[in-house]
Amino acid sequence: MDLRIGEAEPTAEERVAVDALLGPPSSGWDGGTRDPVRDTHVAFGGHDARARRHLLLPALRAVQSRVGWISEGALNYVCTRLTVPPADAWGVATFYALLSTTPRPKRVLHVCDDIACKCRGADELIARIEKTVGPEHHAPTNGDPVHVGDFTWVRSPCLGMCDVAPAAFLQEFGPEPRETSIGRLDQAPNFASAAGESSALRPGDSSVGHWNEYRLLTKRFGAVDPTSLEDYKGAKGYQALKLALEMGPQAVIDEVSASKLLGRGGAAFPTGRKWDAVAKQSARPHYLVCNADESEPGTFKDRVLMEGDPFALVEAMTIAGFAAGCEHGYLYVRGEYPLAEQRLENALRQARGAGLLGDDIMGRGVRFDIEIRRGGGAYICGEETALFNSIEGLRGEPRNKPPFPVQEGLFGKPTVVNNVETLMNVPPILLMGGAEFAQIGTAQSTGTRLFCVSGCVERPGLYEAAFGLTGRQLLEMAGGVAHGRKLQTVLLGGAAGVFIRPDELDMPLTFEDTRAAKATLGSGVFLVFDDAIDLNDILRRIAAFFRDESCGQCVPCRVGTVRQEEALHRILVGRTLGRVNDEVALLDEVGMAMKDASICGLGQTAYSAVESAIHRLHHFGKPTT
Amino acid sequence: MEETDVIFLWGSNARDAHPIFFHHVLKGVRNGARLYVVDPRRTSTAAWADVWLGIRVGSDIALANAMARVIIHEGLACDEFIGRATTDFDKFRAGVETYTLDFAEQETGVPGDVIREAAIAYAKADRAMICWTLGITEHHNAVDNVLSLINLALLTGKVGRYGCGLNPLRGQNNVQGGGDMGAIPNRLAGFQNNEDEAVRAKFERAWNVTIQPRHGWNLTQMFHAMDRGDLTSLYVIGENPAQSDADLHRVERLLTNLDHLVVQDIFLTRTAELANVVLPASASWCEAEGTVTNSERRVQRVRKALEPPHDARDDIWIIAQIAKRMGRDFGNPSAEDAWNEMRSLAPMFAGMSYERLESCSGLQWPCEDEARPGQQYLHARLWKTPPEGRLAPFHAVEHEPPVERPDDDYPFVLTTGRRLENYNTGVQSSGYTSPMHRGESLDIAPEDATKLGISDGDLLKVTSRRGSVEAPARVDHALKPGLVFMTLHFPDEVPTNFLTIDEFDPKSGTAEFKACAVRVEKAHVRQQRRPGAVSHRGERVVGD
Repeated sequence: MDLRIGEAEPTAEERVAVDALLGPPSSGWDGGTRDPVRDTHVAFGGHDARARRHLLLPALRAVQSRVGWISEGALNYVCTRLTVPPADAWGVATFYALLSTTPRPKRVLHVCDDIACKCRGADELIARIEKTVGPEHHAPTNGDPVHVGDFTWVRSPCLGMCDVAPAAFLQEFGPEPRETSIGRLDQAPNFASAAGESSALRPGDSSVGHWNEYRLLTKRFGAVDPTSLEDYKGAKGYQALKLALEMGPQAVIDEVSASKLLGRGGAAFPTGRKWDAVAKQSARPHYLVCNADESEPGTFKDRVLMEGDPFALVEAMTIAGFAAGCEHGYLYVRGEYPLAEQRLENALRQARGAGLLGDDIMGRGVRFDIEIRRGGGAYICGEETALFNSIEGLRGEPRNKPPFPVQEGLFGKPTVVNNVETLMNVPPILLMGGAEFAQIGTAQSTGTRLFCVSGCVERPGLYEAAFGLTGRQLLEMAGGVAHGRKLQTVLLGGAAGVFIRPDELDMPLTFEDTRAAKATLGSGVFLVFDDAIDLNDILRRIAAFFRDESCGQCVPCRVGTVRQEEALHRILVGRTLGRVNDEVALLDEVGMAMKDASICGLGQTAYSAVESAIHRLHHFGKPTT
Repeated sequence: MEETDVIFLWGSNARDAHPIFFHHVLKGVRNGARLYVVDPRRTSTAAWADVWLGIRVGSDIALANAMARVIIHEGLACDEFIGRATTDFDKFRAGVETYTLDFAEQETGVPGDVIREAAIAYAKADRAMICWTLGITEHHNAVDNVLSLINLALLTGKVGRYGCGLNPLRGQNNVQGGGDMGAIPNRLAGFQNNEDEAVRAKFERAWNVTIQPRHGWNLTQMFHAMDRGDLTSLYVIGENPAQSDADLHRVERLLTNLDHLVVQDIFLTRTAELANVVLPASASWCEAEGTVTNSERRVQRVRKALEPPHDARDDIWIIAQIAKRMGRDFGNPSAEDAWNEMRSLAPMFAGMSYERLESCSGLQWPCEDEARPGQQYLHARLWKTPPEGRLAPFHAVEHEPPVERPDDDYPFVLTTGRRLENYNTGVQSSGYTSPMHRGESLDIAPEDATKLGISDGDLLKVTSRRGSVEAPARVDHALKPGLVFMTLHFPDEVPTNFLTIDEFDPKSGTAEFKACAVRVEKAHVRQQRRPGAVSHRGERVVGD
């Protein structure tokens, strides 16, 4: 490949970080010391070298974790090792929020200022941090302008910890890097110097509730040690895989189809049909991708599932891989979920050791293994094709569809891509039978659903309920509006969802009922706002979120999300162009353009919440036209 | 090329020297083909390769024969093809038996296991192609080099099939066309041998002249004939030998001593400066009608878009006028008239009317009549039962290193080549400025640079037994210790061919540009501009 590597050299530390991931260089051409005999008579590259492109993001993450930022020399070294043009790799490095191409302090605290945390005092918390530590990005340096101080803080979009809001995420770089999720940061005694220390509450403290007798996905929470394969096996673990291997792939797909399981990531596509489509593709290999890049504001269910019952996800992925003819699975875990990653790594290690992953699963000659990939802080990578590009080492920009992932997905091969919650339903389906599973819930929404209840409620947390319960029942389960205040609105489905009025609370939270009401369940978000919350502030945050997270690839979304934020801002500060209704008409038009013409779901739903605030809540008054 | 499984680029820096062709290579690579590049330098082409085999200069036959031996010993030879379509296999097999991997490693420097893998990959591929360029042919044993590659293709049956074959890459859009038209000393139009009486008779009848029954001189032989005094007049059309040939001091002396030198060109080249008569010609790609033939034997129409500057004339017109002055009236033939006459005499073009060339977007020869579509690939006849025409002979060829070996006085091997951003002697590429133009340099391996205390940009004096030039140093990891590299692009500033050796292959006439021995030292005084070497690059001879 035509590589033009610049002059900048990596430091020893940067080399160590990259080599720890990729192994030592195989030759002078691979970034090692030039051997004047061998390296001047033979070199290898081509397909094998280019096939390592998918290691780009892990390599950049490795440098980031160790050094705290990605210097030009480090980038050059990574590019040499992976035969990626530096300009291309720069495009990737600058795509992700958790990667930095300028020096950063050794400790960076990402403080969530997103909508759920706002409801639990994030703004007041940030004001306190600003007062004690200094402004965002400010790193106290004791007057030395070159030396980067030890600590800084930055604002962050939703960290997926709305159940323990206000939340933060601490990165500590160095030879032994550490990442810590911090819940209830407002209760930490000193977030500046001791942020992340034991005084702060740890994740996994989420309240978990359930409604009626069905606990399919949360039944092991609190009862089974999530780090022990033995405990998991003792609680019906791996019985479903055993059954699946006895049934054979087609029978597994038939059961999943019979269960009428719909995807839980937001798109509600029939899972059985997806698996069947991939299984029938003649192109090989097939890939399985578990989308655990949960980052829809207000969503934390997949994190709680992965932290609470990691073996179940590994088992479910193994069954899915077996059914769809995949030998390799990728588990793309959100970059801000360190505990989930740890527990899954542990689960994979133990499963491999017990012959539950690998070349001969359960001694039946079935081959399947799972590789964990960490995101780099990009909401868009939750879009399935953007996620493929991210795994492949490209910028996480969505692809045009068709071709659909079942035809040409990861690495251009047929790919099953499922959400964590979707996959977790598979072992219960096999154990009880698809038909019986289909009896749970309603005719069109079968099984149970996990609801991420957060905001102004008494007991925020993850609630599992068979489909059919209403918003009011869910709110009651979570203890009602906090402090007995009055309900203003509920954001259903996340930032890409809709606000519903208090009088709509009796709507059953099923796929069909929400669809009929022109709402969506999305990723199961049920974010409660009481009457003390300034909805203007929330809308502005949502608009800022989409503007910030738009990948910029397609014009409707790149421009539309900016125009939307600007128009909202003008309304909120009372400097409208024309009357408020004119601005609303402009928002409608921009929103329609984004919905019609954006490549992916981000742009298509970027107006959804704002639109519902305008037309459902009549937040800016009833339109006159 | 785009649908083959294995591509060998042998002695070819196509990424730089054949950039358009290389796009097709890349399409093949994107479709999954594995690319092997054989080159002493790790060129930008080699950087794309799955495997770069960095042989020593001039050890191609050692590599090819060792690969053949591996293929035979591994039982991967295509016995069916060898049996039906080739001759002299036993002699060949015996000939390569001494080319063990150890021997090949010792001669080429490439590890034996790498050679073995490359041989197996080539043999096992369903489809495989070997392409070569001047790294094969600019040697004193050029023909043997080519034969060694042909042997590999015959051995594995990789000829006469789609996606297979042997491809010499042409350096210009119409090198193939020049040969097609008979602008070579041993063939008439359509590659018809003038030693064949029936061929001669046909042309003599048509042209009403006597055609000499023996082959003419090739370029190298012409210079030898000038040296002997047998050749005293020269008519040069579109060629710049005063800067492009080896051992330039000698070439310039010979050209100057001619009785009469006529140069027909679109620029006042260095050769034209030496001429008695200069005939300004039209630019054939935009100021003339005609055809060109590209590397895949596709004949394509060229259309006139501009009138030539006022005194410049179409080549056909010039030649017809000279004929007229010599007492022979060709009339005033158009390009199509000349083409149609050629079609009537050369059967392989008979089916290519201008009309068909237009409607078919070009045709690949041979195309014997207007009902035929032309041939996508050659030698399919060898797979017919029984094979049609002459069987393909193996040739046992022996490794023979370059004539001039490095020694204590001249410890480096100088090899020459081309760069993407320049073209040949610069007649067409030095007339404008470009950020990519960086002038000549002596490229040297980092190990040697360290040993000699040389840094990038140091002015160096490079000396061979024939001459000496000065050029700035450029430390290049692509080179191995003991090997230095220069281009031929800047003859006015750095006449590299003062250094090169006038050794050539008697069979083909190609000179050994790819290897001579030189000494490299730091230059102490700034280089003086050679008197009379003021550049006329890019200035049109005629015009306003």
